[in-house]
Amino acid sequence: MRIRRIPGEMEKVDLPDVDLSLIDPIIKKYKNKRGNLIPLLQGAQDLYGFLPPQAFEKISNDTGLNLSDMYGVATFYAQFRLNPVGKHVVKVCHGTACHVQNAGTITDSLKEALKVDDGATTEDGLFTLESVACLGCCSLAPVMMIDNETYGNLSGKDAVKIVKEIKISESN
Amino acid sequence: MEKTQVIVGLGSCGIAAGANKVYNKIKALKKVDNLDFELKQTSCIGMCYREPLVEIIDESGSYLYGEIDEKKVVDLIDQHIVNQNPIKDYVVKTDLFKTKDDVFFEGQVKIALRDCGYINPEIIEEYEERKGYEVIKKIASEKITPESIIKTVYDSGIRGRGGGGFPTGLKWQFARNNPSDEKFIICNADEGDPGAFMDRSLLEGDPHAILEGMIIGAYAIGGTDGVIYCRAEYPLAIKRLNIALGQAREKGYLGENIMGIKGFNFDIFVKEGAGAFVCGEETALIASVEGERGMPRKRPPFPAESGLWNKPTNINNVETFANIPWIIYNGAEAYAKYGTEKSKGTKVFALTGKIKHGGLVEVPMGITIHDVIFKLGGGIQNDKQFKAVQLGGPSGGCIPAYMADTMVDYDSVNATGAIMGSGGMVVMDETICMVDMSRFFLDFTQKESCGKCTFCRIGTKRMLEILTRITEGEGKEGDIEKLELLSYQIKDSSLCGLGQTAPNPVLTTIKYYRNEYEAHIRDKKCPAKSCKKLLTYEVIEENCTGCTVCAKNCPVDAIDGERKELHFIRQDACIKCGVCYDKCKFDAIKLS
Ligand SMILES: Cc1cc2nc3c(=O)[nH]c(=O)nc-3n(C[C@H](O)[C@H](O)[C@H](O)COP(=O)(O)O)c2cc1C
Ligand code: SF4
Ligand code: SF4
Ligand code: FES
Repeated sequence: MRIRRIPGEMEKVDLPDVDLSLIDPIIKKYKNKRGNLIPLLQGAQDLYGFLPPQAFEKISNDTGLNLSDMYGVATFYAQFRLNPVGKHVVKVCHGTACHVQNAGTITDSLKEALKVDDGATTEDGLFTLESVACLGCCSLAPVMMIDNETYGNLSGKDAVKIVKEIKISESN
Repeated sequence: MEKTQVIVGLGSCGIAAGANKVYNKIKALKKVDNLDFELKQTSCIGMCYREPLVEIIDESGSYLYGEIDEKKVVDLIDQHIVNQNPIKDYVVKTDLFKTKDDVFFEGQVKIALRDCGYINPEIIEEYEERKGYEVIKKIASEKITPESIIKTVYDSGIRGRGGGGFPTGLKWQFARNNPSDEKFIICNADEGDPGAFMDRSLLEGDPHAILEGMIIGAYAIGGTDGVIYCRAEYPLAIKRLNIALGQAREKGYLGENIMGIKGFNFDIFVKEGAGAFVCGEETALIASVEGERGMPRKRPPFPAESGLWNKPTNINNVETFANIPWIIYNGAEAYAKYGTEKSKGTKVFALTGKIKHGGLVEVPMGITIHDVIFKLGGGIQNDKQFKAVQLGGPSGGCIPAYMADTMVDYDSVNATGAIMGSGGMVVMDETICMVDMSRFFLDFTQKESCGKCTFCRIGTKRMLEILTRITEGEGKEGDIEKLELLSYQIKDSSLCGLGQTAPNPVLTTIKYYRNEYEAHIRDKKCPAKSCKKLLTYEVIEENCTGCTVCAKNCPVDAIDGERKELHFIRQDACIKCGVCYDKCKFDAIKLS
């Protein structure tokens, strides 16, 4: 469980700009089904890349689910994000096999090259750097996954090169 | 004459190694040169260390080629297909001659993995050709009773492969004993152990075997609905499961009155996990399927009595289910022939870490750790010294090199303080620090604790703090004893397996490597030279040419010195990143 504390006083936040009507088909699909809370949140996150506050309210209003239950679930599972992410999510594996094969250097090199902290998004909004536990390709450790593509047998340099290539192709 | 076949291994590991590119290249070559062969795909055969793999089957036999990239594949097609002249140097496995990779397969017995790497997992007919779904047809035609299925499973002696090792036949009997209008059968595909991928390979390589195992299970216990709880990190597995489900429904292996068996109605759905290790625990998994926070519940009642939606529920692991069709088809004795007295059959292991032949192996229970690592596994990378092997992931422990004669079966492994777990075997060499390993595992369990039990939630945090301190050279006398005390308290006061086993990595490393802990605490030294805070980087006077490369690359400007003069590292500023050590061309930086 990755604990995230709710700020004591509600900060004034600018609500992100999202089209809420996109969720309607998902709500229709799962409304009144048992066990629907997680699929609803997963569906919403697939649409926006994260869970905007308005989405919680809309799902709650339309389905009768409790806001507190939804927030509880969203903060329990590592998959759910409450903040927008970069265009590409760089997941560096820190499972046992990758740890043994020096996954630390991969993260360190990427932190350095992208100038972000682990878990943060670059200023240009292109990359979010994350650590995950095992991508299931342990025999190719150390491993990272960018979007849905997996890269194995990496060195810190390789990792930086891959990210830079994406960056170049984005600026064209 | 049968057409020549070219088969590319497209499992996640193969794809990560570049197999998709190889596949596309072959496709392009085939089209351009108008070549006459059949291009197919399969999944992982376990030889991950030689990915990407391409198999060519022609009149003369089958040739499995390893480490084929986009360049080599041009040669391969040209030589083997066009000139009919196999390139022997690239061959890793064939029936025609010996290769140096044969050791990887010697001693393996493939039961759970029987089809992986041999069939295209997205085509149901290829599974059927290898006796797939025969058991269900047999049940229908020979009117085999649920009781006799359970008896066969019980007699085979198979124990749950998810880590607990509970006899599967017994579990099924319990679930059968509780009559209900709705009864669930769940396949646990959460595979949380970081550093293990047996279940992923099975899900990707032979999804129908798992479905058939679940269907047989449903028939045996009277199940009405099936759920496969699969972790979201396995997108390819989820995709192939859904394809397989569609095909099985179309062929009548799922649905109503399955294969004409009156009243046998059963269907299966895939549920995606949301990233929480604790959801591999069966009661937490049930809570998660119900849409709640995945927090374990008190047992009893056991799921067999009251599980999902308070209905009787039977949960088994992926590998357990994959074995079932084989066991029913071949009989209990055929399975029980393998293994030891109390651990029957075979077990799949994921060999990773500092091992030469990393990949998946399936071996009879009772083989020694030594044989797995040095015979099949080919030994340690770069011929370094074998130090220890970690079994059972964050719930398990380290078995030191001198105990390598330990047999892999439930009881022998438990006797060392480790556990069999689900089959992850992480091999470590002399460069791995055992204190850092236990810090690593505690960091994992501390983050993944669901928070319900105080000792698991806070105790693991305190242990992590102590371990971090030790690896940073701030260890104090009495820390080892404090770790031990906390370990026993956490074990005693935790509700679920996560907390009860979280201290295992610490306890086993203290048991076998106490001297390493002491070196960190008393001498502020890391014998494996791995803990950064305990290292110092220094310039070796005689070797330094004053080239300034180190100073230019140091991220914190901790290196002083003029061009062509001796350089000097200011220890108070150095963050021990190791860049200077890597960059210096004259071996003038030493690490101590
Ligand atoms: C913290 C924790 C994590 C677990 N993770 C898994 C897992 O990822 N996969 C699995 O099959 N079993 C896992 N288990 C074991 C399950 O609770 C359960 O025993 C198993 O799925 C039963 O199937 P089997 O009898 O076929 O082994 C875990 C247990 C605990 C306590
Ligand atoms: S032992 Fe840990 S993970 Fe298990 S229920 Fe208690 S707090 Fe949760
Ligand atoms: S180890 Fe890193 S921080 Fe220390 S002197 Fe070398 S380059 Fe600089
Ligand atoms: S430990 Fe990194 S992929 Fe498994």
